[in-house]
Amino acid sequence: MPDKLLVTTTINNASVQFLCQPRHSLLEVLRDQLRLTGAKEGCNNGNCGACTVLLDDQPVNSCIVLAAEVEGRQVETIEAVATAGHLHPIQQCFLEGAALQCGICTPGFILAAKALLEEIPNPSEDQIRFKLAGNLCRCTGYDKIVRSVQAAAEVLATQREDSHNGQEGDR
Amino acid sequence: MQDFSYIAAKTIQEATSLLAERGDKARPLAGGTDLLVQLRERLKWADLVVDIKAIPELNHLGPSGDGGLTIGAAVSCERIVAYPEVAQHFSAMHDAARIIGGWQIQTRASLGGNLCNSSPAADSTPALMVLDATLQIASPEGTQDVPVGKFCTGPGKNILRPGDLLVSLTLPAPPPKSGSAYQRFIPRNEMDIAVAGAASFVQLAEDGTVAACRIALGAVAPVPQMADDAASLLIGKRPTPESIEQSAKAVVAITSPIDDMRGTIEFRQNLAYVLTKRTLQTAVDRALAEP
Repeated sequence: MPDKLLVTTTINNASVQFLCQPRHSLLEVLRDQLRLTGAKEGCNNGNCGACTVLLDDQPVNSCIVLAAEVEGRQVETIEAVATAGHLHPIQQCFLEGAALQCGICTPGFILAAKALLEEIPNPSEDQIRFKLAGNLCRCTGYDKIVRSVQAAAEVLATQREDSHNGQEGDR
Repeated sequence: MQDFSYIAAKTIQEATSLLAERGDKARPLAGGTDLLVQLRERLKWADLVVDIKAIPELNHLGPSGDGGLTIGAAVSCERIVAYPEVAQHFSAMHDAARIIGGWQIQTRASLGGNLCNSSPAADSTPALMVLDATLQIASPEGTQDVPVGKFCTGPGKNILRPGDLLVSLTLPAPPPKSGSAYQRFIPRNEMDIAVAGAASFVQLAEDGTVAACRIALGAVAPVPQMADDAASLLIGKRPTPESIEQSAKAVVAITSPIDDMRGTIEFRQNLAYVLTKRTLQTAVDRALAEP
């Protein structure tokens, strides 16, 4: 059996070290060792996106990233999306928009949507569907997911405007 | 997942030595979107996985001499698609790179890896063929340049020997008044493997006739195929719907598709014709838009 690897990485802004076998995927280490079970195993071959995490702010399928490969990198999981007991606007919009039923795809969708709205703050429906094509949902038929992402885009835009206006008012 | 050791190589030399030493028991790892799935499903075996993503030359993306473009073998599709010149000057490659998998695949998968996986249905290969890409392949003995058309030798097979490492792909500067395109047919909107794919390159002369034309087809033969006879029908002619139709119809002669769950022989042959027609037209439109 090969030597174990010591991996030093940053997960959800915290420095983390773990030992793993070279064959372990990031998904396995997140779930089984670090108990970050928000990322789900849907297909284990990079097709469904239920295991999506952000690696240096970019969506990846953690089932086909080796744990060894995140040495020195930044990982963000669903567990970091809500802050201090407040849901992120994307999460709030998913709930209000009924964009989930069983919820197994939801963590992956929320991370992908978060990355999408950071890259394209006002995406068209086509852009939303294209960028989220790597996230599969068996329950909802996608429509409510798309509407919720659009709603979240508006909430985030309003928040940016409010904070911009707030800053001006402070002067 | 089968057991293997993992080393992140820092240099080309380190990688080729490890690959040569272990032979077919060592596999190079770029994005891993094909390799890790294959290792997990036991379609491939490895005692050692050599991560090549830390090697500078394999991550390089920038101009080559004379207005061309050099793409490191490990550069992700997402980086390629975002590179400013690619959409306009290497359109077929842009078309192909942006539709490989979904976003999570795009951030990891490399065009080099797509090529080395050597699927008959690979999206990258037809585009790279019509753009006349050359591959830089390193081994412990040195580096050689290989035209992309010579790379794939069969389904899942290519010319790489144990110890070889694809370092980069180089595309020559696009000639003036030229354009290219790639399209594939898939059952869904994204994510699927091509049922058939076509790439076209057209260069127009001053008088508006076709000065050069290249067509390559994917997923309709054991390896991606150039359709030279069909392409040559357009040379010297004005690119009209009629002349494009004539070339598109002629590509079927070089196809040898199979019946499988994605499509029948008949369906694939028809797709080869339709996709060639569309990509020829798009390549012409793009050539006309060039200064």
